[in-house]
Amino acid sequence: MEATLGSATIHSPASRIRRRAGFFALYVIAIILAALFLFPIVWSTLTSIKPPSEASASPPTYLPSSITFDNYIKLNKYGAGIARYIFNSASVALITVFGTIILSTLAGYGFSRFQFPAKNVLFIMVLAALMIPFQSILTPLFLLMSMVKLQNTLIGLALVYITFQLPFGVFMMRNTFDTVPREIEEAALLDGASTWQMLTRVMLVLVRPGIITVAVYAFLNAWNEFLAALIIMTQEANFTLPIMLTSVRSGYYGAIDWGALQAGITVTILPCIILFLFLQRYYMQGLMGGAVKG
Amino acid sequence: MATASSAIVKPARRGATLSQRRMIAGLLFVLPAVIFTLTMFIFPLIMTGWMSLHNWPLLGQATFLGLQNYVDMINDHQFWASLWFTTQYTLLVTPPIFILAFALALLVNTALRGVGVFRTIYFIPVVIGLGTSSLLWVWLLNDRVGIINGILLDLNLIERPIIWLVDKNLAMFAIIVSIVWKTVGFSMILLLAGMQAIPDELYQAAEVDGASYWQRLTHIMLPLLRSTFALALVLSVIGSYLAFDQFYIMTRGGPQNQTITAVYWIFNNSFTYYKLGYGAALSIVLLVILGVLSIIQLRVLRDETTY
Repeated sequence: MEATLGSATIHSPASRIRRRAGFFALYVIAIILAALFLFPIVWSTLTSIKPPSEASASPPTYLPSSITFDNYIKLNKYGAGIARYIFNSASVALITVFGTIILSTLAGYGFSRFQFPAKNVLFIMVLAALMIPFQSILTPLFLLMSMVKLQNTLIGLALVYITFQLPFGVFMMRNTFDTVPREIEEAALLDGASTWQMLTRVMLVLVRPGIITVAVYAFLNAWNEFLAALIIMTQEANFTLPIMLTSVRSGYYGAIDWGALQAGITVTILPCIILFLFLQRYYMQGLMGGAVKG
Repeated sequence: MATASSAIVKPARRGATLSQRRMIAGLLFVLPAVIFTLTMFIFPLIMTGWMSLHNWPLLGQATFLGLQNYVDMINDHQFWASLWFTTQYTLLVTPPIFILAFALALLVNTALRGVGVFRTIYFIPVVIGLGTSSLLWVWLLNDRVGIINGILLDLNLIERPIIWLVDKNLAMFAIIVSIVWKTVGFSMILLLAGMQAIPDELYQAAEVDGASYWQRLTHIMLPLLRSTFALALVLSVIGSYLAFDQFYIMTRGGPQNQTITAVYWIFNNSFTYYKLGYGAALSIVLLVILGVLSIIQLRVLRDETTY
């Protein structure tokens, strides 16, 4: 514990032993906590590969007696089949990612490098959505979507998500462009690069970390979002995974298939966890850059 | 492309100077995002205000009501009940999140080997969806197949399974546990970032002066973390005040509508009863409440940091 708040320069042997004991105690605490945090996810995944009767056993069993994918097969019998819902979620998430990246990168470049009238007003307007919860504009968004016939479409839902992602995306990209030294642009300008070439050939490479950060957030938020998807999607075939899972939970005639539910939960959360583990650095940068500075 | 590039290097012949060209380029770059914001955010926001003055059914003609929707709220028992319930929930969920987040941040700020792995593990629930995690907890808490009752029974802590989600107080407790699990990592990382921004020399100087661990914690770290705490607090309080998914999924607002939150009540009015105008009026009130809440929190923070 001592080491956490700066360390004094001289240590007696006695204090070193105490320090060792302290470290050991900390390890034990850290490991117990890690087990508690992981337990719900691990147990859900384990249950998804139990035989269906065991997955619905009461009282519950801890470890699977044998490994099967029967729960996944049963999950596939709900609605339009699990492949359809994975496709829905993935499409919405990918459209959101690409839309957000394109709009945020262009706007971030514009706000970072150019002078034009009403620049600050426009910047604040784009960021204002950070302060106004999307829950409060869902009703008119729903009407807007039905007016332009995008209700119940993957594109329509993705457009809503892009809107929610823009404030963070634009803010993040503006800051990322701000960190690129102006000398690099000046050199490229002297070489005869146009404004557009500057962005696509020179700047895009330099701001790639920012783009990945924006993409990770756009993907996770679109993949995970619940309320807007619940409102915009009213036909079962268009549901995204989280909405589809609530109908698995409702079950047929009130009997819940717990094994199928765990299979569905596993399919839904594993991509997020894998993405996070690989791109953790970018995710954390977004948290620091977006939240702490902002 | 060749002509465009030469235009950047030398000013164009006809009128447009370099700075004018750059002005237009800048506007064009931000235009798509601005149009998006105007149509999908500013317009719906104004529309919410406009709808709130109407009786607005899903199908058929809207009729102007003036402020009648707002007057109706005064007598809407469920409106007041849901505001009070949301406030209770926010007051109850915030302290455990912060106490645990601070303890976890202290833990993952140590020089333990492999501490990064622990930090990642504590953060993992943050990246899964709230809707999905709520479903996960419905199962964990179930009285027949849930492992939480299973463990409590195995340890002989209870004699028969607890039916968590059909009693208002038990449900509140269970949902708070699930939300702490799901969100504490987020506050932990914010606090950790604040802790790491404090220069080590301050602690070392204090240690040379004979300050104990506890003194360094309370006299150096906590005062310097004040603004980080405030930021994490604002984010957490606003997030809690907008709670919907966990109650929609875990209790369905029950028993007897006792766990209906503010957003849930807006949702019910707009999308279950199709009283879109009234739902819009409720949204405007929620916006005002949240605005006031964040101003108060930021004020309190500023007064405290200036001493």
